[in-house]
Amino acid sequence: MKFFEKIANIDSRIIYLLLFIVVLIPVMFKMVLPVRVSEPVQAAYDSIEKLPEGSVILFSVDYDASSAPEIQPMLLATLRHAFSRKHKVVLLGQWALGLPFGEIGLNEIAPQFAARYGVDYVNLGYRPGYRAQMVGMGREIRDFFATDYKGTPVDEIPLMKGIHNYNDIDLLVGLEAGQAGDEWIQFAGARYGINIIVGATGVIAPDMFHYLQAKQIKGLVGGLQGAAEYETLVKHAGTGIAGMVAQSYAHLLLLGFILIGNVGYFVIRRRKQA
Amino acid sequence: MMQIIGTWIAAGLTLAIFSFLYKDNPFYKFAEHLYVGVSAAYAILYVFYFDVKPLLIEKFITEQGAERWIILIPAVFGLIMLSRWIPKISWLSRWSIALTVGIAAGLGITGQIQGILLPQIQGTLVPLTSVNNVIMVIGVIATLVYFYFSIAHQGLVKHGARLGMVFIMVAFGASFGYTVMARISLLIGRLHFLVYEWLHLVK
Repeated sequence: MKFFEKIANIDSRIIYLLLFIVVLIPVMFKMVLPVRVSEPVQAAYDSIEKLPEGSVILFSVDYDASSAPEIQPMLLATLRHAFSRKHKVVLLGQWALGLPFGEIGLNEIAPQFAARYGVDYVNLGYRPGYRAQMVGMGREIRDFFATDYKGTPVDEIPLMKGIHNYNDIDLLVGLEAGQAGDEWIQFAGARYGINIIVGATGVIAPDMFHYLQAKQIKGLVGGLQGAAEYETLVKHAGTGIAGMVAQSYAHLLLLGFILIGNVGYFVIRRRKQA
Repeated sequence: MMQIIGTWIAAGLTLAIFSFLYKDNPFYKFAEHLYVGVSAAYAILYVFYFDVKPLLIEKFITEQGAERWIILIPAVFGLIMLSRWIPKISWLSRWSIALTVGIAAGLGITGQIQGILLPQIQGTLVPLTSVNNVIMVIGVIATLVYFYFSIAHQGLVKHGARLGMVFIMVAFGASFGYTVMARISLLIGRLHFLVYEWLHLVK
């Protein structure tokens, strides 16, 4: 009995410390677990894989530093996949604070595939507008992105010469930490019929499953787990795979706490009733 | 050199944020305020250089004829939004708010119907040929029954509502699980940074 009462009143800092240790050890010792690829991630992968060479993929960077540990590995893995299939990449973002992460991703992956700026990929940067922008881009991208993020007029960029609206884009990869994913699906997907795959934080991912079920999106990469699965598919381990052992042990620890907490609750309640 | 300094600053601020787990303290407060301040300043710069400058200032200079003056209309609406800071003329901001709300509502209604309601109804109208489809259809109906408050939850409706509640709880459980995963992922990301990029404990 005393055990459960002690557990019920445990200092939360002890839980934090245990969690810290459980996460730190696998990270330090580079422990790796086999990753099973789920259907939604496989579907996302297949969407890029099946595109004919030279297809245009629009990447929307809709996250910032607070969700980068989850989504940045997705960006790197999907960019790696896109460049390896020789697709053209057009990157933009709905979150001003997220664009540097897009630029970091392009600068890291593009040189590995000898992709040239302006020919194989372009960074259009950030423009405010959100819904209005998403709808307007269905008519003409230049109405919102007259220049790229460096200030070069879009018409002077070879890659953008034939790209005017969603008809010229084969796939949208939405990397989402908030509402922008729903907006892309509602305003670009439903209205203009553009194919969409979504990479979302763990918090957002459950809200995306109904879009997946209704075939409004072609694939879903959810949370760090999804990133690890995508890294497995592109055969390049990144921080997604590296984090999976820590993730699993942390979940086991939390499950243990939840179980002990619930058992303790019922034991203490029965004791009070007796 | 700059990268090393940047890494040390990032590591210091990460530890300052983590220190809140022990208890609230000035290091945490400093890091928190710094983050908010830097984010706001960064966003202002981004909006200026990617929006105000190219779409307003430069366009006003380069455009000719009516196009040039049309640009001023949204600019004026933007400026009067700031009138909220001056109580005497704060009523002006209502024009901008009305415009924004009107656009958002107009687009939102279209988006909700065209982008969610109809495709989701279509996605639910599936043949009951697999266990998944049966569960999904029952789940949708039961959940709708739970939220149907126009009649008393008695008899069959009561059972349907209870089943709906079970489905809702399962959905909440899935969301909670994903949320836990998300938070742990953030911790992993930070520890990865501290171990690999700051301390270089692992190559």
